[in-house]
Amino acid sequence: MIARFAALVAIAGLVEIVAVSQFPVFGANATLAPLVVMAVGLVAGASAGALTGFAMGLFLDLALVQTLGVSSLLLVGIGHGAGRLRELRNPQGALLPLAAGAAATTLFTVGYAVIQFLLGVDAPVSLLLLRDIVSTIVVNALIAAPVFALTRRWLTPVLPDDPRRRRRRAYTTGGLSPLSRA
Amino acid sequence: MYDKTVRRRRAVLGLLVACSVGLLTLYFGESVGGGLHSVQRGFLTIVSPIQEGASRALKPARDLFGWFGDTFDAKDERDRLRRDLQASRREAIANRAAAREADALRKLVGLNKQLALEEMDPVVTRVIGRSPTVWYSTINVDKGSSAGVRRGQPVVTGDGLIGKVTTVTRGASQVTLITDHTSGVSAKVTESGISGVVKPAVGDPSDLLLESIRRGDRIDKGQRVVTAGSRSSRLESLFPGGIPIGVVTEVDDTELDVNQRVHVRPFAQLRRLEFVQILRKPDTEPSA
Repeated sequence: MIARFAALVAIAGLVEIVAVSQFPVFGANATLAPLVVMAVGLVAGASAGALTGFAMGLFLDLALVQTLGVSSLLLVGIGHGAGRLRELRNPQGALLPLAAGAAATTLFTVGYAVIQFLLGVDAPVSLLLLRDIVSTIVVNALIAAPVFALTRRWLTPVLPDDPRRRRRRAYTTGGLSPLSRA
Repeated sequence: MYDKTVRRRRAVLGLLVACSVGLLTLYFGESVGGGLHSVQRGFLTIVSPIQEGASRALKPARDLFGWFGDTFDAKDERDRLRRDLQASRREAIANRAAAREADALRKLVGLNKQLALEEMDPVVTRVIGRSPTVWYSTINVDKGSSAGVRRGQPVVTGDGLIGKVTTVTRGASQVTLITDHTSGVSAKVTESGISGVVKPAVGDPSDLLLESIRRGDRIDKGQRVVTAGSRSSRLESLFPGGIPIGVVTEVDDTELDVNQRVHVRPFAQLRRLEFVQILRKPDTEPSA
């Protein structure tokens, strides 16, 4: 199970660095890290999401020679938050990946900008930064659904069986629901 | 059981947040050669070959993706360059026109200095209309009686004489050119002093005729013709003396005629008049 998570972090990180970051869409680049971490949190829970977020953030900061700890801090929060959302609400809507992806990206991009300002920025900052943030959120929202589907497919075989999922499967295969049994 | 799960979850979160903040603090506080920076460089050394291999493998996809983007960018750039080209063309045309105007005005200044025309109270005026006939015999200018213009006043350009004012309104005037069939200017050849009358050659606006020249008078090609000015106090000329009119191009010497006909090409570019100068002195209109 840990190997799958580690492989997910490594592959997602590499794909983001060598591929996604070099394919601009309408002037904006997608960022896979918050989407993958959000997906892990929704699928595997808060702790798994937080650990995946820490690992993913550390991987990106090391590979891109960025300030260590910034991405980790933000992605820990995103992974934990997505996991708590699953544990408390267990949302199932078709638009869940899109909404959660947009929220995760917003937290990541805005949070990253805030932390950079807190750490001190030497160069003047243009208002176009806001445009870049919005563009990234929009692009990420568009790719959130396939990223979520792929992540869930990759992790589902190693996750413990979810009783809530088992009950839902019973209904879809034609088994008796508790209502009819009663 | 539930409490244990909650405590474990909170412990994991707290630990990870603490690690992240600790890493950030240590990294931000240390120098470029510090421990964490070294670890980062080491990680990059390991990962960079993998990055390079993946980047090479994805190059075709990247190029294809970039082609679409380049196509959109190229279209935008093409439209922008077209707009820039149109603006440059307009600017070039305006610059050429401005250069022509500046040249014409410079020639007027030069003529004023050469012939001391300042004493004749010249006023520069812009050509605002031309006669539609092929002879270009009249032009309209934008100065009139309010600017001191009177009928009969001579009109010159930087190249030489072009005509006289024949009609005046408050804000505009009409100038009859020396190529008009009604025009006649008392003139002389500068080299020999031989006098005559310059009249237009009917049908050819680029050819003037210096008439009333006796057959015995010697006139050669290339000699300059200027206004003769007043030669008698009883018959005052409208045109002051010395204003260039043109250059002799041909001398017709027919044996049966008493006089010879001298062809003169006018100096002034009568087809391309932008600015002309009206000599306002004397300030009296000639009798009709």
